[in-house]
Amino acid sequence: MTEGKVSMIEAMVDVFGSAITGSEIQCGDQQVVHVEPSNNLEILTWLKDTEGYDYDLLLDVTAVDYGSIPGVEVVYQLWSITNKQLLRIKCALPEDSLKIRSVADLWGSANWLEREVYDLFGVQFEGHPDLRRILMPKNYSEGHPLRKDFPLRGRFSREKQTELALKQDYEDYYSPEQLEGFGQRSDD
Amino acid sequence: MSVKQTIELPQGNLDSGNMLVNIGPQHPATHGVLRLLCELDGETIVQIDPDIGYLHSSFEKLGEFRTWNQIVPLTDRMDYLAPLMYNCVYVMAVEKLMDLKVTERCKVVRVLCMEMERIFSHLLWLGTTAIDVGAFTPFLYAFQERERIYKLHEAFTGARITTSATRIGGMMADLPEGWTDQLRNFVETFPETLDEIDSLLTRNGIHLGRTQGIGTISGSDAVNAGFTGPNLRASGIDYDLRKDRPYYDYETYTFEVPIGKNGDCYDRYLVRMEEMRQSLKILDQALRRLPGGPINVDDPRVSLPSKTDCMNDMESMIHHFKIVTEGVRVPPGDCYFAIEGSKGELGMYVVSDGGEKPVRWRVRPPSFVNLSVLPQLAEGHQVSDLIMINASLDIVLGEIDR
Amino acid sequence: MGIKDRQNEQLPVAGNSDLTFLTTKVDFVVNWARRNSLWPMPFGTACCAIEMMASAASNFDLARFGMERMSFSPRQADVLICAGRVPYKLAPVLRRTWDQMMQPKWCISMGACASSGGVFDTYSMVQGIDTIVPVDVYVPGCPPRPEGLIYGLMMIQEKIKSESMADHERLRREDPEGAGRPVADSSEVKALTGVFGNSTQQDKFSSLAQTARPGRFKDVLK
Ligand code: SF4
Repeated sequence: MTEGKVSMIEAMVDVFGSAITGSEIQCGDQQVVHVEPSNNLEILTWLKDTEGYDYDLLLDVTAVDYGSIPGVEVVYQLWSITNKQLLRIKCALPEDSLKIRSVADLWGSANWLEREVYDLFGVQFEGHPDLRRILMPKNYSEGHPLRKDFPLRGRFSREKQTELALKQDYEDYYSPEQLEGFGQRSDD
Repeated sequence: MSVKQTIELPQGNLDSGNMLVNIGPQHPATHGVLRLLCELDGETIVQIDPDIGYLHSSFEKLGEFRTWNQIVPLTDRMDYLAPLMYNCVYVMAVEKLMDLKVTERCKVVRVLCMEMERIFSHLLWLGTTAIDVGAFTPFLYAFQERERIYKLHEAFTGARITTSATRIGGMMADLPEGWTDQLRNFVETFPETLDEIDSLLTRNGIHLGRTQGIGTISGSDAVNAGFTGPNLRASGIDYDLRKDRPYYDYETYTFEVPIGKNGDCYDRYLVRMEEMRQSLKILDQALRRLPGGPINVDDPRVSLPSKTDCMNDMESMIHHFKIVTEGVRVPPGDCYFAIEGSKGELGMYVVSDGGEKPVRWRVRPPSFVNLSVLPQLAEGHQVSDLIMINASLDIVLGEIDR
Repeated sequence: MGIKDRQNEQLPVAGNSDLTFLTTKVDFVVNWARRNSLWPMPFGTACCAIEMMASAASNFDLARFGMERMSFSPRQADVLICAGRVPYKLAPVLRRTWDQMMQPKWCISMGACASSGGVFDTYSMVQGIDTIVPVDVYVPGCPPRPEGLIYGLMMIQEKIKSESMADHERLRREDPEGAGRPVADSSEVKALTGVFGNSTQQDKFSSLAQTARPGRFKDVLK
């Protein structure tokens, strides 16, 4: 098992060189690989499609804001159904450019998971088909809640929050423009 | 007296454009506060945009302000359909990060809890889904049985839903006297009700008509979409964490993993029905092997010293004080730990910087990912089928929105 | 009706001369009919909704109290049972549901979250639905047992029992301007939603400065 992992890291370094910035084993058996954010798409495609690795199930896309280190770390959890291997890929994004390429084309599951990371951390996923807030209201203007500089009770006072909440107009979202490409697919 | 009325028929082309229909967020068939914006061509669904977040209670943020043990009560409020399961997986993740080995008794007790919750959760799914296809009786039967599990919860933890039964390193208490007998009684008599529900639904023409061939997804699509749990297995992919990444000696229990063929609503129904039977099997084996001994680990990092020690010895006193006031400390690092939840792969990703509070506590939400496939599944079906497809995914909004 | 108005409210006094024999008899009949055929509108969101379902199922059986007909349409409902957490995103939905209900109507806030925000003193949660809609009965608990909910519904029945047609105007007054607005004005919201105990475990990240403090409650309510 361990040997297979070591050789996988070696193979990754062979292919991607310095884009692999480090690897470690957490909790005894969890393989973690740190990669350059600019190469995330190539590396994940390679992991998904290369014979022998087949990480075909993207379990989770999430992010961590450490607070002590500026910036956000995007974390991918992968699982290979055939090889029964778990892998964690981490990309550290600097504070001034919270941008990374989207993997929504590779895995359907990434679509909503990336939207959630965008909503709660403010990470821009480039090439995402439909990047908008998913959990917070559309008119939410207090920022991205899971960042460490965001206070637990929100930035606005409760009065303001209540007022803004009741100002949300659901009729606004209840319109054909809400759905992208409304009515275009009916004539064929 | 009759008045003959002539109705003016509109001339020219009738407006045959698509319609936009809004379902939810407050609608009984959405199983919570889910909002579905549907574009309809007549009765047929052209596309759907699910709008979630109506139950976003910021669990993950709140967790960063709570000590490690204080998070346990939050976990069961997240998925109130299988609370003990969430309690267990959270502490299992933290224990893994701390490299803490729980006692044998604790392991088996947690297996009992988790399998009981699988039945608990599937029963609610069964009841409410049956209502969606127009059958009210299974709901009453299912709730009758759930009521018995509620009683077991209550006898063990004192609460019916919000159990908060686990602690890092063990459980809040050992099983009360006679609890295993009650559970055994449940294991023995529950199949009867299950058979009854089975005979009501499995060969019921209406149920077949409403579920077969509806919301079909192929195995490879399901994997790509991130399906896990019964939904994935209904599409014919054999992926069950209890077998593939075993924890708590699941490899030593004999049970089968039901696999579906067609990946439609009916197969999802069959898989869940069979899973309940398999859970009963595991429960039976676990009850047989339940060992004695302590339920909590004796590890100075998490367990309190005994009262006598505290009174007699300064060191223990200080230790007691530290654990109570500061909470458990977890070494720096991160850990992803998942179990086979009732709805899919239920993972907890915890990140620690060595302090008494987590830096990040992330839940890998199975129903969040499962729900994201809804637009794909429902396209081209009728509105009434949408309700069935949505129900067959077994979602719980508390965990989707967190 | 806001909380402030309620404090100055004139409570009905026994032996009030307005009440004649006829009106009391009519009241009795009307109230009897009303209280035994309440149609609840279940606004269930989270864990508490599961307990509400349990109350409707066979073991606890709400039907014994004339409430078997859960009305999923607000237009035909008499009691709004708000069971579970209400985030800000859901607040306008709750308000609209309440606005759509016909008079006479009552509201039950079931569970700690609906009544006060519960354990979730966070950025996304309404701290008590009484800032959004007027509440008649609060059922405490996390979650309340089905018996608790049934007790709350019976308290509504008690309340109906003591209502009188003579009071109709005062009790059922509703300002059309208020539709879609919070029932509490901003000072009330401030008073009701302050940091409570160590609900947020104040530290450098939480915003103590922006929130009301417990000591100020009294002045605000005056
Ligand atoms: S009061 Fe408790 S049980 Fe009810 S919704 Fe809130 S957390 Fe859930």
